[in-house]
Amino acid sequence: MTMENLKYRFDGGKPTPGVAAIVGVLGSGNLEVMVEPAALGGACEIEVSTAARGFGAIWQAVMGDFFARHRAGDIRILVNDAGATPAIVSLRLDQAIETYTAKGQMPKQMPKKEK
Amino acid sequence: MEWKKVVEQMFPAGHEVRQEGDLLLGQGRCGKHTFAVIGTTNHTEVGAELALAMAAAVLAVIHDHPARPIVFLVDTSGQRLRHRDEMLGLNGYMAHLAKCVEMARRRGHAIISLVYEQALSGGFLANGMMADVCAALPQAEIRVMGLAAMARVTRISEERLAELSISSPVFAPGAHNYLLMGGLDALWEGDLSACLTDALEHVDATDHRRVRGLERGGRMFADPVTQRVLASA
Amino acid sequence: MIHSYYESSARARIAGLLDADSFHEWLFAEDRVTSPHLAILEQPAAFDDGVIIGQGSIAEKQIFIAAQEGGFMGGAVGEVHGAKIVGVLERAVRDHPAAVLLLLETGGVRLQEANAGLIAVSEVMRAILSARAAGVPVIVAIGGQYGCFGGMGIAARCASTIIMSEEGRLGLSGPEVIETARGVEEYDSRDRALVWRTVGGKHRYLLGECDMIVPDGIAAFQHAITASIEKGDDWSLAALEQEHQLLADRVKRFGACKDGRDIWRELGWADPDALAMMDNDEFVAAAQGHRAK
Repeated sequence: MTMENLKYRFDGGKPTPGVAAIVGVLGSGNLEVMVEPAALGGACEIEVSTAARGFGAIWQAVMGDFFARHRAGDIRILVNDAGATPAIVSLRLDQAIETYTAKGQMPKQMPKKEK
Repeated sequence: MEWKKVVEQMFPAGHEVRQEGDLLLGQGRCGKHTFAVIGTTNHTEVGAELALAMAAAVLAVIHDHPARPIVFLVDTSGQRLRHRDEMLGLNGYMAHLAKCVEMARRRGHAIISLVYEQALSGGFLANGMMADVCAALPQAEIRVMGLAAMARVTRISEERLAELSISSPVFAPGAHNYLLMGGLDALWEGDLSACLTDALEHVDATDHRRVRGLERGGRMFADPVTQRVLASA
Repeated sequence: MIHSYYESSARARIAGLLDADSFHEWLFAEDRVTSPHLAILEQPAAFDDGVIIGQGSIAEKQIFIAAQEGGFMGGAVGEVHGAKIVGVLERAVRDHPAAVLLLLETGGVRLQEANAGLIAVSEVMRAILSARAAGVPVIVAIGGQYGCFGGMGIAARCASTIIMSEEGRLGLSGPEVIETARGVEEYDSRDRALVWRTVGGKHRYLLGECDMIVPDGIAAFQHAITASIEKGDDWSLAALEQEHQLLADRVKRFGACKDGRDIWRELGWADPDALAMMDNDEFVAAAQGHRAK
């Protein structure tokens, strides 16, 4: 097994505030996705680390669809993949962005404890 | 090295260590100190009865000889791989032994262990690795699993694992790797009684292993990660 | 709706067990604390190295928590993973929360970093006992798909209390390990009923290897955890001597048994096969006086 790293950038999204969130599990046939805020001038950056090599074109299409659905900008998405299907990838990306924005809208944030 | 030779070299002032099956029990004198001795031999597998017998020995030392230092002589090929021992809760027996060692430590017994032949995974966790000072003879074999078996489980070729093990102490068998990672305090060479005396002088009850691993360059992440948890907001 | 503990991810378990919005994660993924050893072996590294740690409250009691994710490398313990758990326990020694909660789901040491993992498990064992000696109860919950095996099976039994579901499994060597070493005649790892009679929740409860058994649901685990916090801990020589007696009696009484069923029969279960079919309440009631504890 050799890892492959892929990078995508989509410009022109709408700034999307939120709080960093992880969904999914890095287990066989699955993936984990993290979304975090990033000052990218409205862009959405996606980094994929995958155990399944040679699927760059499919990733490109899945990520393009995701960006078209949400137009979410000023975020960075990190993906650790262990061979998930495109359908699972899309599902996790949607869950991740939902969790990210929902966490941002929560009325009370866990207060950071004073040191 | 044969356990009798080890014991003779460790306790030049005399000892009464006897073998009962694969269990070693007794006491030895080194300098002005008397040490309780508890150990195993014959590369034995540690099953429920053996773990229980070692725990009984620790409890007896706590009861009969308050604050007497305890030496564990480690020679085990690991936990007993039997359906029957699993059914009886071998992990519970191992944990009981570990708890007895911890109780002894907290009641003022110095705990020193010496891997004189072999130490494998589960059989090592409950006594040898619970010590304040854990040492090994240089030729001792310490491992979780051999490279061939590891290759099967991880599906990484044995050749690749062997190649990687030259530069990294993180998975390959060997006492020296455990030394680098802080799992061993020292390799004992030469005069074993001098090594024992020195160890007793340097015993303290804090777990220094991750700091040693960092200092020796073998385990660079354990201590910083723990420190970050302690410092997290 | 019952939220299955067995089916849930470690993050979902934390969210379900703790008071709403009370969880605060330490070393969250933004901190990029992942395993440094997996990339060399061309293996993917998870954001949290397979264990989620932090603080929160349960029934308004402040607790520290570590939850292993079985879905990532079988919950196996590597250098970073182990150090995170040790950090939680050492922090408990310093800060004295009401309890430390360990949601264990693991096959034991991660072979890709075997030496670091073994030492880490040993450090976890010592840190659990340090927390207990400092007066902080350590409560273990076991109810995930991967069970709790290897060195972490020993570590679990160093805790103050173990809560299992019927589906939970607890042991040292996993069935596959024994089958590989000794053959299928010794232990058939694919015989699920046999495995369950050997390491499953009900058997462990009857032996006295776990303290409480609950149905597979996050709410049931939550109640049991709350009760365990209330009950507190007994880290004393007297308690250890009592445990010694229990373990000595066990090998004497059951040492010749060939199967879990033989043990249950010896404990007074006239029909051991009926035990598998009982629901949790029925089983716990019937177990009164028929446990080795």
